[in-house]
This record gives sequence, structure tokens and C-alpha cells, in this order.
Amino acid sequence: MLKNLSLRLIFIFVVIFVAFIYVIPSFNNKIWPHNKINLGLDLQGGMHLVLEVETQKAVDRTLERMAQEIKNSLKKEHVRRVFVDIGKNNKILIKTSDKKQINLVEDILDKEFRELQLLSKSSFDETIQIEMELPGKQATYIKRLATEQALETIRNRIDQFGVSEPDIRLQGEQRILIQLPGIKDTKRAKQLIGKTALLEFKLIDEVHDISKALKGNVPRGSVLLYQYANDSGTNRSHKTPYLVKKRALLTGAYLTNSKVQIDSYNEPYVTIDFDKKGARLFAKITEENVHKRLAIVLDNKIYSAPSINEKISGGAARITGNFTTEQAHDLAIVLRAGALPAPVNIIEERTVGPSLGSDSINKGLFSMLVGGVIVIIFMAVYYKGAGLIANLALILNIVLIAGGLAMLQATLTLPGIAGIILTIGMAVDANVLIFERIREEIHIGKSLRSAVDAGYTRATLTILDANITTLIAALVLFQFGTGPIKGFAVTLSLGVIASMFSALLVTRLIFDYFLVNRKIKKLSI
Amino acid sequence: MQFIKPDVNINFISKRKIAFTISIAMILASIISLAMHKGPKYGIDFAGGTQILIKFHSSVNIDKIKAGLANIDLGKSSVQLFGDKKDNEYRIMADSSNQKAQGLSMEIKKALESSTGEKVQIRSFEMVGPQVGKDLREKALFAMFYALLFITIYISGRFELKWMLSGVMAAALMGAVYLFSVFGLSIASIIPGALIVAIVLFWFLELKYAMGAIVALLHDIMITVGIFSVFDKEFSLPIIAALLTIIGYSLNDTIIVFDRIRENIKKGQNKPLQDIVNQSINETLSRTILTSITTLAVLIALYSLGGSIINDFAFAMIIGVVTGTYSSIYVASPILLAWQQKG
Repeated sequence: MLKNLSLRLIFIFVVIFVAFIYVIPSFNNKIWPHNKINLGLDLQGGMHLVLEVETQKAVDRTLERMAQEIKNSLKKEHVRRVFVDIGKNNKILIKTSDKKQINLVEDILDKEFRELQLLSKSSFDETIQIEMELPGKQATYIKRLATEQALETIRNRIDQFGVSEPDIRLQGEQRILIQLPGIKDTKRAKQLIGKTALLEFKLIDEVHDISKALKGNVPRGSVLLYQYANDSGTNRSHKTPYLVKKRALLTGAYLTNSKVQIDSYNEPYVTIDFDKKGARLFAKITEENVHKRLAIVLDNKIYSAPSINEKISGGAARITGNFTTEQAHDLAIVLRAGALPAPVNIIEERTVGPSLGSDSINKGLFSMLVGGVIVIIFMAVYYKGAGLIANLALILNIVLIAGGLAMLQATLTLPGIAGIILTIGMAVDANVLIFERIREEIHIGKSLRSAVDAGYTRATLTILDANITTLIAALVLFQFGTGPIKGFAVTLSLGVIASMFSALLVTRLIFDYFLVNRKIKKLSI
Repeated sequence: MQFIKPDVNINFISKRKIAFTISIAMILASIISLAMHKGPKYGIDFAGGTQILIKFHSSVNIDKIKAGLANIDLGKSSVQLFGDKKDNEYRIMADSSNQKAQGLSMEIKKALESSTGEKVQIRSFEMVGPQVGKDLREKALFAMFYALLFITIYISGRFELKWMLSGVMAAALMGAVYLFSVFGLSIASIIPGALIVAIVLFWFLELKYAMGAIVALLHDIMITVGIFSVFDKEFSLPIIAALLTIIGYSLNDTIIVFDRIRENIKKGQNKPLQDIVNQSINETLSRTILTSITTLAVLIALYSLGGSIINDFAFAMIIGVVTGTYSSIYVASPILLAWQQKG
């Protein structure tokens, strides 16, 4: 490798110097380059969540919207006696018993709904039925978009909630990985993240009888929803049923801002502001439906259902519903960040409390110290002077691993600490190999200088072979791993590389120094 | 200081039949134990479910904890002491992975505080859905499989210059595994099958060194998994990390012996292979034992001082280091001689 002694010396010192530079900020992060060693959630405490986006729901929702659009178009073209509905298998069903109408329907479908794929057209008795769905490509696109939007929305919510250094990323096709270090109120965070926050304004169905609907006879076009109320005085909750129109007149999509306000009774409520289009729509809706009741629905729960007294222009509304201040604050955040395009489920959660994390660090570092001291004493006793050189290399190793972790901005986890401890045991291996080889060469009567030379050259290849296979295992582990395991793979790889560096270059240099410059005649090995 | 004298000459190879018998007996015992326990015991990482670590300030009666848990809807649950008795730490396990119960940890804290009358600290809360568990199980198997294949390519290449042959073979195996998994066969049955096919191929293609290494590695993994099963310990993600590290470590040992065998063959001594193998094991014996000692020393420190969470990881590694050392002497090297007897 680097034959020239002084050149090797410079290289080694540069590496060690860089490692030290990167280690220092972990103790005092005011010092450049400020790269602290990141602690994993298992060491510093925090929450790890994996969410699954129910992307099929986004497809279903698109289909529902299209069915509504077909209805609107038919109405506009005065096509009557045609039923449009969503079938049980999530397909659009168009039914009519009027044969004359079918051509008109098909015209509209050809003109305005080209993206829909015709599945079947059948006639049964007098009824003609057309079945349509979104083509697979389109559905895949909607699903992908839904996941990406959900990710963005959740990122917005978390940013507004205020968590330091959150890590939010896609995992696979429809999963989102969220890491929130140091978070305390996990329940609140989960509610904030998991809420779909679909805000809808729907008219109350005042024509039909709600008592019949409660018995299971819900009229077409309407739906039963409930208002939930908690009485903090009696600590009881009750729910009030409402019969509301299925169709939403306005959604949170037109929302520009949302804030928490306190009313004269000191109760918090949430205000929302619409954009221009939303304000216009809201004014039109309120104008057309004066004296009717408008339900404010969030995720299929009714928050309030006030009657409209007069046309409301200006594009502002308020949501009341005996909130706590925290609930109102979080609701404002989710409304501002927007609705999730599809509901999400938490499919994995790992929360580590700060006390467990610091216990893990202390125990990990303590066992590292004990293990390290045992190995150092052993090497010094077994190899004497050469053992001291190996020990120097061992300590250097740990500095190099720490520097590497900080430089790569890798995360140190509990298995990662185990990886470092393991490397302490295995790192001396390279030196043991070399020393045993040197002893062998001395034993067969070689001179000191040539024994050391032969020892290093012979052992180098073996050390490379042995370490590359460990690196292969570590790389596979890194690929496969989640959080803590990745941390282990990183420290193991760094450890292997550091031990090769320190054994093949650093100890070699020290030996050469003693043999060439100090011209020692007897090796303490 | 020297444990092993330089002129040591133990006849390891002559005892290989005894060693094989011991190894086969150990592996059979592992398989029997696994069969009796109906497969490996999966922790929540792989089985899905909920696991909560709690800590009390002073000692409590475990029955009171159980009584407290009975008040909340947890599904099938169990409580165990976790770690040292003086730490008053307990582990609650529940089958269900209830995603709806967003405030479950608070609920548990309240229920236990009222049933035991002691302050409860929730140390950690983990919930893994069944699908995630299944995914992780498959990923873990794939990881082991890929690690083994890549390593065998490297060994065949480095020791016998058969880069192409082993590369093509490994690629074919990976492709076959991928195809089968696309057709919906369970990963748990494909990968053991693929490994058996790999061993048969190594045999016929005479990839001796790769064969020796892979048999030794499988031997170590099987015995580690078996001992885990005998002690009724759980498999979790860190244990998979331990198994992969064992693969790396055991191979380390094996390669060092192989390297010496190759070197001694090159020297062209007119000795039978059997003697060369034996000589090589003896020459590297000192190193093998020293490295095992230092590695075991740190692992024992980790096992006894590292805390309950890392305990099982250290345990797996200790077994792995012991079997890895044994297998590089008694399993990997003797396999090189197998073709000789055939021919």
C-alpha cells in the first residue's frame, strides 16, 4: 500500500484528526461541524409509527364523485328515469327501463366520461343495465397520489404541532413511516396524525321521518349520522341521531385558514375561512336554504347543526361542540393542513419512554467499558508490548466508529451499541492474526524485521477475506433492517472498516517505527 | 504468554466422525424441539400483538397487575416479570393489535394504579399489526437467504476462482425464489427448499469451499435457533441481527482456516489433503481460540450488564460464537475432504 513511512503517517493522522473533529460536537455541539451522533428512538425515547393508507377508499371516493357527476349531467340534459348508483362491488351502475333513454345516456357517457371503462351492458326483462369502473391504471394512479398526499398532509400537521426533528417518509406503496423523537403526549399525537379531517356541510333531511330511519328504513339520498356530546359534569356521553342528506354541499377543500377562538362563556371554538370560490358557494347555499338546518360534519360525526337565519357572505364559519382547548387547537391544525385523501390506520407503533432510553444508554456504555477493559488487560498480558500497540488500535477504533457515526449522520441504537461492543471483541482479531503470524515466523527462525514483514503481508489477505464476508452480512442487514437493526448494521460495518484501518495501517506503522527508527533488537510479543 | 504451543498437533480430522455425530444429534435435537414447540416462538415483531413494559416504584404482587388488566379490554393477555426482581419491571403481552384504542397505554396506567395502589411508569409501548409481523418474518428469511448466497459467491470466487459459476448459480436460485414467491408459495417453504437445492448444486459443481462454509453456517444457525427453542426464548428483530452476525463471525473463523489450507496447498507439500487440513487447523488454532476468548468476554459483559432488552441478543451471540468456533474446525474443514472419499 503506502510504502513511504511519512506519507502513511500523514494519511493516518488526517483520518484520526477528522474522526476527532467529528466526535467533539457530540459532547459540545457548539463546535463545528455540529454533527452530533443521532440517538435512535430506543435510546432517547419517542414514538415510531407506521400508517397504512386505505388507498382503496380514495378510489371509491373518486367513483362516488363521478357517479354524482353523471347524475348532474343527466339532469342538465333532461334525461329522466335513469338511476345511477354505486353497486356492491364498487362499480358504477346505470339502470333504466326506458329504452329510448339509453342512447342519450351513452352519448353523455361517451362525451363527458371517457375515462370510465365499460364493464358490461345487459338487459334483463325491461331494464337495461350498464356497469362501469375506473380502469386499473387510473386506480393505481389515484392510490399512489392518495399516499403521497397523505404524507404531505401529515407532514404539515406535525410541523404545525411542533415536534423537533420528525422523520416522515414513505415505506413501500401505501405505508407511511413516522418517527417523533422525544414526544410525550402520544395519544394526542396519534389523534392528530390519524384523523381523516374530512369536513363537510350537509343539509338536514327535514322531509323524512327520523324515527322510521332509526328502525332501518333510511330513505334514498339520506344518511343517519350522530352528534356526540360529553357532559363533563356527569361524566356521561350521549349521542343524538340526525338524518342528513348524503350529498355534501361544501367541503373543507375550499378552506384557507382555521383558528381557535374563545367565546363569551370561555368555551373554545374553531373558526374557518373559505377562499373566494368557497365563500361564493357558501353564500349561495345559505341563500337557497334559509330557515333550513345545515349540519357541520367532520369524519362522519356531526359537530353542530344550526339553522340558517340569513344568507352568509364573507366566507367564514365556526365550529362549536364543547371542545377542550387542546382539542380545539388540534382541530384547527388538521383543518388548516387539510383532509387526508383516504383514512389511515396505525399498523405499527413503538413508543419508548425517556427513562427506558437513558437506562439503555447507561447499561450499554457500562457493559462496553467492562468488556473493553477485560479485552485490554487480556491483550496486554498475552502479547505484552505488542498487546499495548493492539490496545492503542482498539481505542482508536472506538474513536473512528464514533466519528464515522457523526459524519454519516447515522443513528445510534441499542443494537448499535451492542454492535460496537461486539466490534471491540472482534477488532482485536485482526491484530491477533498478525501477531500469531509474526510469532510463527519468529519461531521458524526469521529475523525480526522479516518476521514482521511476513506477518503483515500474509495476514493482510486473510484479514481482508474475513472482514469482507462480515461486511456482506452487515450490508444485507442494512437493506433488510428497520430502525434499530439498521443502526446495528451501520456500527458493525464501521467497526469492520475501522479495525482493518487500525490493524493494517496504524499498528504496522508503529512496528515499523520501532524496527526502523529505534532499531530495536527484541520484540515484546 | 502462550496458550497453544507452536508445535501443537492435535489430530482433529481423525475425530471428525465423532464430531459429525455430535453435530447431527444437536441439529436433530433442535428440530425436535422446534417441532414440539410448533415452530419458533415469535415475539411481537413477527407475530404481531401488543407489548408493554411497565415499572413500579416498589414491589407489587403480580396477581394485582392481572386483576387490574382484567378491567380493560385487552384480549388474551399475559404478564411476566422482566429482568431482575429488584427492578420491579413487568412485561405485558396481548395478542390483539388494537389500532382503535389510541389511549391504551394511559388506560393501562390508570387501571394498574388503581389495582396495585402504586405509581406505574410506562417504559415502552409496542404494537405490531399482523400484516407487519408477516412482512417482517418474510423479510428476515430473505435477509438470511441473501446473506448466505452472496457469501458463497464470494467464497467460491476467492478460493476457487469460480466467480462465474457461483454467480450464475446464485442468480438462478434468486430468480427461482422470486418466481415461486410471485406464484404465491409461502416464503417459509421456498427458502429452506432453495437452500437444499443450493447444497445439492454445490456438491455436483464441486464448489468445495462454498459448500464447507454454507454447511457450517447452517449448522450454527440451526443449533442457535434450536437452543433458543429449548430455552423457550422469543425471536425478535435483534435476534435476526444476531443470527446474521453469527453468520459473519462463524465465516470469519472458517475463512481463516480455509485461507491457511489454500496457502499450505500452494506450498506444494506432497502431503495428502487430510494432513494439510489438519495442519492448517492446528496452525490457526491459537488465533481461533484467542479471538473466541476476547469476543466471548465482551459478550458475557453485555449479557450480564447490558440490561434485559439486549439480554437475548447477547445470549444468541454467545451460542453463535461457541458453535461458530466449533464448526469452523469440525464441520467446514472436514467437508473439503468429502469429495476425496467419493472419488
